[in-house]
Amino acid sequence: MNDGWSEWAPLLWTATRETLVMVGVAMLVTIPFGLLLGVLLLLTDRGGQLESRVANRVLGAIVNVGRSVPFIILLVAVIPLTRALVGTTIGTTAAIVPLALATIPFFARIVETALREVPNGLVEAALASGARRREVVSKVLVPEALPSLVSGVTITTIGVIGYSAMAGAVGGGGLGDVAIRYGYQRYETEVTIATVVVLVLLVQLLQFAGDRVSRRLSHS
Amino acid sequence: MLEISGLRKVFPNGVVALDGVDLSVPAGEIVGVIGRSGTGKSTLIRCVNRLEEPTAGTITLDGADITRMGGAELRATRRRIGMIFQQFNLLTSRTAAENVALPLEIAGVGRAERGRRAHELLELVGLGDRGGSYPSQLSGGQKQRVGIARALASEPSLLLSDEATSALDAETTTSVLDLLRRINAELGLTVLLITHEMDVVRAACDRVALLDAGRVVEEGPLGEVVARPGSRLASGLLPSLGRVEVGGHEHAEEVVLFEDAEERLAAAIADGARIEARSTERIGERRVTRALVVTPKEVAV
Repeated sequence: MNDGWSEWAPLLWTATRETLVMVGVAMLVTIPFGLLLGVLLLLTDRGGQLESRVANRVLGAIVNVGRSVPFIILLVAVIPLTRALVGTTIGTTAAIVPLALATIPFFARIVETALREVPNGLVEAALASGARRREVVSKVLVPEALPSLVSGVTITTIGVIGYSAMAGAVGGGGLGDVAIRYGYQRYETEVTIATVVVLVLLVQLLQFAGDRVSRRLSHS
Repeated sequence: MLEISGLRKVFPNGVVALDGVDLSVPAGEIVGVIGRSGTGKSTLIRCVNRLEEPTAGTITLDGADITRMGGAELRATRRRIGMIFQQFNLLTSRTAAENVALPLEIAGVGRAERGRRAHELLELVGLGDRGGSYPSQLSGGQKQRVGIARALASEPSLLLSDEATSALDAETTTSVLDLLRRINAELGLTVLLITHEMDVVRAACDRVALLDAGRVVEEGPLGEVVARPGSRLASGLLPSLGRVEVGGHEHAEEVVLFEDAEERLAAAIADGARIEARSTERIGERRVTRALVVTPKEVAV
């Protein structure tokens, strides 16, 4: 390695931390909202506990629109909202808003799919025991789908890492930002490689941990 | 205790699953509803706790019409009606004890009391040592026992059994039915069960109803039904002993006899009849003897 390493190491470290913060906070926001939206998508669907054609259509449309808008467009389009929510439109904090907005609909669909896999007989067994709707959700649907939900969180988080690379466009920092500014714009290929290595390690680690947790939770 | 009257269920696609079912389930008895698949048995039992919404008719449990209940009242009534299922429907994320505790959780029973009750119930069904096992670690018969324990957790007065033994082998079926009979006797629990197997009715039921094309076409206590001439239920409960070749001057007949079977067969033999085959079993309250009797033309049993 040349003497550039001593310059990049702190840069990479800071960028990694920024990425982790962006991704972590975005996921912390995504999980509750995505869970709620996913549960509502399932419950309002035909045969669901809150069956409503209108509500289901509206929610479905919101989710589909959210998933159709390219992230880079969303990033710019939500700038006014970002300003209103976090008071700034640049930096890591500002990047969290579009990240979460892009991720919630994606995760909501994953939640919906995971909950749909829970056999209806289990829901009926709970209803037959006198369960309320929210007990069906909290005692049957979510716990039974937990291994799939954890896998879904893993997939989503890895997706957010990918999105977060684009956050550099709003000065969000992070590994993607470093790769573009140093590696691409300044032709410092080593930096690009180093960021990619860090990203690969992050993804590997996440996948490994996610799989382990999911397996431990599964008793089927 | 449970009175079903004029029950109709028409599905949105126009299929008439139940076409005016009348059925009464007396307290403390095990009533079996039998029928081929697609005759509406499952729909019938699922209407009782409103997993299925009836289109018309009434279902009264101890005088209260379940079909008119909503919200909290329906949930409270559901707690008084246990249910067991063909596919057991145990939560895979919970141990056997936690599954049994679910209805108690829903009823707001405290943690310590739940644990104690769950253990008691598992003991009752013969699984006192398996409380910590997950359903995936249990056999089919054990899963159904857990299902029964769960159904009993909220101390119901009525148990619904939806083809509870259909996924089990013959031996396990017998032990699960024995358990149901024991619970019926010990706890005075009324049971409504549906099945497509006459063996289940024979082994477990006090009364039986035959469901065909969404209607009850025949019904009664087992001991009475078997004596009914031309009864479809009787011929199902008493399968034929087989055929016998006889000469022109003889007459072969399969007869069904009750408590006085011995005397009547002895009398027939004294009159010159032969008994080609016979079997005796308990059906409901009665001892039922089937005999294939060959008689000279002029003698009758």
